[in-house]
Amino acid sequence: MTDTNQPTHRWGMAIDLDRCTGCQACVAACHAENNLPLSDPESAAKGRAVHWIRVDRYYEGEFPNIRVKHMPVLCQQCDEAPCEAVCPVYATYKNPEGLNVQVYNRCVGTRYCANNCPYSVRFFNWFDPVWPEPLELQHNPDVSIRMGGVMEKCTFCIQRIKRAETEAKGENRAVADGEVQPACVQSCPAEAMVFGDLNDPESKVSRMAASGRSTRLLEELGTEPKVFYLTRAT
Amino acid sequence: MSTLTKPIPYDEVRRDLWRPLSGASPTYLITLLVLSAVVLWGLCAWGYQLYEGIGVAGIRRPVFWGFYLVNFVFWIGISHAGTLISAILRLTDADWRKPVTRAAEAITVFALMIGGLFPIIHLGRAWLFFWLFPYPNSRLLWPNFRSPLLWDVTAISTYLTGSTIYLFLPLIPDVAQLGRHATGWRRRLYRMLSLGWTGSDQQWHALERAMKLMAATILAVAVSVHTVVSWDFSMSIAPMWHSTIFGPYFVVGAIFSGIAALLIVMSILRKTLHLEQYLTPHHFNNLAKLLLLMSLLWFYFTTAEHLTVWYGNEPKEMNVFGARVRGPFAPYFWTMVFCNFVVPFVLLGIKKLRTITTATIASITVLIGMWLERFLIIIPTLSFGRLPAAWGRYSPTWVEVSITCATFAAMGVLYLLFSKLFPIVSVWEFEPHQGPDA
Repeated sequence: MTDTNQPTHRWGMAIDLDRCTGCQACVAACHAENNLPLSDPESAAKGRAVHWIRVDRYYEGEFPNIRVKHMPVLCQQCDEAPCEAVCPVYATYKNPEGLNVQVYNRCVGTRYCANNCPYSVRFFNWFDPVWPEPLELQHNPDVSIRMGGVMEKCTFCIQRIKRAETEAKGENRAVADGEVQPACVQSCPAEAMVFGDLNDPESKVSRMAASGRSTRLLEELGTEPKVFYLTRAT
Repeated sequence: MSTLTKPIPYDEVRRDLWRPLSGASPTYLITLLVLSAVVLWGLCAWGYQLYEGIGVAGIRRPVFWGFYLVNFVFWIGISHAGTLISAILRLTDADWRKPVTRAAEAITVFALMIGGLFPIIHLGRAWLFFWLFPYPNSRLLWPNFRSPLLWDVTAISTYLTGSTIYLFLPLIPDVAQLGRHATGWRRRLYRMLSLGWTGSDQQWHALERAMKLMAATILAVAVSVHTVVSWDFSMSIAPMWHSTIFGPYFVVGAIFSGIAALLIVMSILRKTLHLEQYLTPHHFNNLAKLLLLMSLLWFYFTTAEHLTVWYGNEPKEMNVFGARVRGPFAPYFWTMVFCNFVVPFVLLGIKKLRTITTATIASITVLIGMWLERFLIIIPTLSFGRLPAAWGRYSPTWVEVSITCATFAAMGVLYLLFSKLFPIVSVWEFEPHQGPDA
């Protein structure tokens, strides 16, 4: 009998850049799932848009022989997260399953964490969020609405993780590989993204992370991210 | 008394230095009114920001820190005028310091009061700032002592407490004297502040000891405060912030801007309060030389910082470096070098040019240059982060500009009120036989 209170999971993600088409379905799915605040063109131009996952575009070569590289970037859930140490009020910390979590109610809004995040994946609520009617009716009840003045970022869809874990515990079984799918992973038409338990060497994400193409973003900084990118072979 | 050509009779000293305390000229009142209006405007802007949300400021992703943090570092820097200068001069028994120290110590306290507000103004939820203090609370949490911001809170509250005491101690014999001569509410105020000072031998000894002790302590605190402020940046892993040189670099910059602020205040006081006999060309000459020395030190640190980055040629650092010296921030950068190095070097380095006027001009450019320096340290690094896809430019809004202007006005208001309540030059230190053997 294993003690179910012990953290047994170490959640991670693998993204195959060979498959990513840059379609932004992950971005849209994340918005719907996580009640992200909306932004108009003006506020987006001011750098106020919130996208917990974004698709960075890099251009290689000279026109017309140009090639676009797409790279979905989300919170890398670093094991050695630079954002955590600098928060004066413990609003961001490492939970027992290795997730870098943000406690909205604790946050006072120093924004230090965002400055110290080399991936720029932390977002600030500059105002209290508003949704034009009737969009507030489509909020996901499992995800809290964030007030103005606090930071937020990708949670790896922790509400889905918790639900799967609770269900598995109720049925007295382990969470199966692929049972938890964050919104971005679920909606990726190219199946470029895979989510799973890095503690399980047989999980799909572990096998992809062990691939020869596997690399991590800015890993030279020693942040130990848990998002693995499989570089393009072509 | 090597500094004064001839010792001024004590009665005359007292008359001269007490004169500004009574009455108020129309110029004084108009200046006070105008500056107060600016402060009020700034408070309205802050109120608007609190009500609407911090988004009314220009900060954005990825430049999450803007004018507010620039002002924070700038004002904490200015605060080094008093403590460091007056403590060093006190400890080294530099006799010429006497007319200078109180003016300097007052700058310190006011600059800290202003600078210490900025970390609160810049919070997303400013009304919860007290969550940074360690006290038993319903959240069952201590603050995170690993965060440099917590070190800031600790350092600045220590410094503010210490420098207030340091300003207050040498004020005691003065307010005691004033209490004997004043009438009405002033008499009550001075008597209360004099803490029962009678001028006994025992009290003089205690005061001397306390001042020496505070001078030594405050020096260490002052150095550590600005080091801690620099660590807000250098403890992070952002390009051109993560630098070992930042501690001493910031301390030097702070003393540099502190002396400049002191020189400006001194020349204003000299003109408006007719203190020509007390704040002599000799004082300005000495402080101008000190300013020149700090300018050279600042230049040395700036060169060391930029040369190593350029030579190392690390791409992420070079993005920020390039933005500073030849990119979008280049006009500010070269203005900074001009203001902080060229102007003081020419005006104060050439003996013939070194006068009260040129020292004041150089001080003004140094203040501009040092404000730009803080801007150039904070903004380019955030604008040009590690992932080029997340770069972004920052420009302030009227809210940030208003609050910034208001803090300069607040300095003026506080100083005007202080100089109306207390002699801005220490009177008792001119007493021929002050002290226990009087």
